[in-house]
Amino acid sequence: MADVALRKVVKRYDDVEAVRGIDLDIADHEFIVLVGPSGCGKSTTLRMIAGLEDISDGDIMIGGDVVNDVPPKDRDIAMVFQNYALYPHMTVAENMSFGLRLKHYPKAEIKARVTEAARLLDITDLIDRKPKQLSGGQRQRVAMGRAIVRNPKVFLFDEPLSNLDAKLRVQMRIEIKKVHQKVRTTTVYVTHDQVEAMTLADRVVVMNKGKIEQIGTPNELYHKPATRFVAGFIGSPAMNFLPCRLEDVGGTLQLRLTDRIAFALPAARAARYNALPRTDKLLLGIRPEHLTEAHAHLGPGIETFDTVLDVTEPMGMETLVYFGLDGTPVCGRVDPNAGAKDGAPMRLAMDLNNMHLLNEETGAVL
Amino acid sequence: MSTLAIDKAGPSRKVKYGSMSRDRTWALRWSYFFLVLFAIFFLTPPVYMLITSLKSSAEISAATNPWWVFHPTLSNYVELLTSNQFLRFFWNSAIVSIVVVIVTMLISIPAAFALARMKFWGSATLATGVFLTYLIPDSLLFIPLFKMLGVVQDVTGITLLNRWYVLLFVYPTLTVPFCTWIMIGYFASIPKELDEAALIDGASWLQTLTRIFIPVALPGLIAATIFAFTVSWAQFLYPLVFTTSVDQLVLPVGITTTLIKGDVFNWGQIMTGALLGAAPPLIIYAFLMDYYIAGLTAGATKG
Repeated sequence: MADVALRKVVKRYDDVEAVRGIDLDIADHEFIVLVGPSGCGKSTTLRMIAGLEDISDGDIMIGGDVVNDVPPKDRDIAMVFQNYALYPHMTVAENMSFGLRLKHYPKAEIKARVTEAARLLDITDLIDRKPKQLSGGQRQRVAMGRAIVRNPKVFLFDEPLSNLDAKLRVQMRIEIKKVHQKVRTTTVYVTHDQVEAMTLADRVVVMNKGKIEQIGTPNELYHKPATRFVAGFIGSPAMNFLPCRLEDVGGTLQLRLTDRIAFALPAARAARYNALPRTDKLLLGIRPEHLTEAHAHLGPGIETFDTVLDVTEPMGMETLVYFGLDGTPVCGRVDPNAGAKDGAPMRLAMDLNNMHLLNEETGAVL
Repeated sequence: MSTLAIDKAGPSRKVKYGSMSRDRTWALRWSYFFLVLFAIFFLTPPVYMLITSLKSSAEISAATNPWWVFHPTLSNYVELLTSNQFLRFFWNSAIVSIVVVIVTMLISIPAAFALARMKFWGSATLATGVFLTYLIPDSLLFIPLFKMLGVVQDVTGITLLNRWYVLLFVYPTLTVPFCTWIMIGYFASIPKELDEAALIDGASWLQTLTRIFIPVALPGLIAATIFAFTVSWAQFLYPLVFTTSVDQLVLPVGITTTLIKGDVFNWGQIMTGALLGAAPPLIIYAFLMDYYIAGLTAGATKG
């Protein structure tokens, strides 16, 4: 077990900078998820930690030691790959014990470790099978078993659930979380799926274009995104962004969305945004769950408006409603019994206590 | 073959009257028609050889139906198999082919692994170069090779020309490029994550090659082995050029030089020798073919 630290890590391929000076501290026992769209540099970062890619600049430290030039086998790490990368000619037990056999561990210890890992992952019955005789989920368990038996300092997961179907993915996600709770090994996990990131991570690292956008706990990222990218990336359906501007009307600060829709800001928000220049181009960031059907009794900071729905999507426990405000598409979440219908008018409520205000040009959350 | 025929015949047939099974039936009929045609075309010479090998010289030269044996005899077989000379050819061929296969594999496997996996400056160009080498026909190569080996012989004082073991140096010029090339293909088809996993598991490059790549690419290695053996066993031009003394000859050259005396062709023995010579590759091929298919399909079905 060990902590991992990245200091101004850069990866260049010829002229392209895939990773642009990343700083990251991962504590011992921590489960860190690197998340971001394809090409954001998350896999490259993971592969640099693994030693599978050279570092163009900066330092990577595992357990306090700089490992820039240490080959993968001497970094004491284990990696689980997206396509499992099981050795097809070896049985499950042989796959799991390969690393230990190379290091000439005593046979009894190898057997004990494999048995223990197999028990932990519930694959004891499969121990003599070849990978081809296993389902996708079972293969992924074996791949994890191969990592666990080595008892490494750090686990690295490279999109391990991407090849599984949706149902199995949810199941394996819980398995991974359980395994981590038991073995407590420092883990770096790469995914493009923000749900996976939110559910698994102690802390999530959101990456974009080779840089870290924000590091934080899942709740921090969700409720206090630092940039428009993070605000839009985390959460499903994604946060709505509506062009808006601030107005002073009779001593109160108002948020004007369209010619006919303007809301008075709640006191706490008004105090926070009062210093902003009124000429700035701003965006209102509001999550679909804060755009609901209007109730008879409105709390403070909840404002209503009328609109005509374009499309509704009944999801069972909720109904997603889509409509436009001055040409900007907006998504809301209403109660399935609220009577939302395609093409029908509806009165909706916006919870301004949970709003975000963003600078349209810089993308910063204000 | 039949799958190909179905694919081709399937869409071209009119669906108007037909069904899937009707299309399939016709596709199969065409497949069988062409397969039988090919089988006849390719099996006629060996059958003719077999028939001739069972005839006496008198019957061969008699004006009877050449496609029938009226007085079958094993005399040709007995004569060849008791002839020290023929056994010598056989032995020379066997030792040359086996050693060439071993040498080829020892060179090709590491070469292919390096070219497929260890990205180094010029590796892609080298890989293409290896293939281009294979494209140069042996009929162009034998004269410079002869010259080169002559020089080596003069410089070192080791007799190479007109010795069977000279072929051990010559045949790999044919087998190594091709075997390397097809194994580059096999190695390249192994997912990159597999050697990365091995690397992280603590394997060196050599261990990755011996414990992961060779077992996983075994069907490819067997295909390459079969190729190297067949090429060495059947090679005619190089032994004809490089060896002349009777005790140094390999089977193909031995049969043609000793059983054709001037314009007298000992057809019975030539055919027998050719048939006996074809046996080892056939046996090896049949045995390895099973292994080859087993390697390809092992665990392909879900348990």
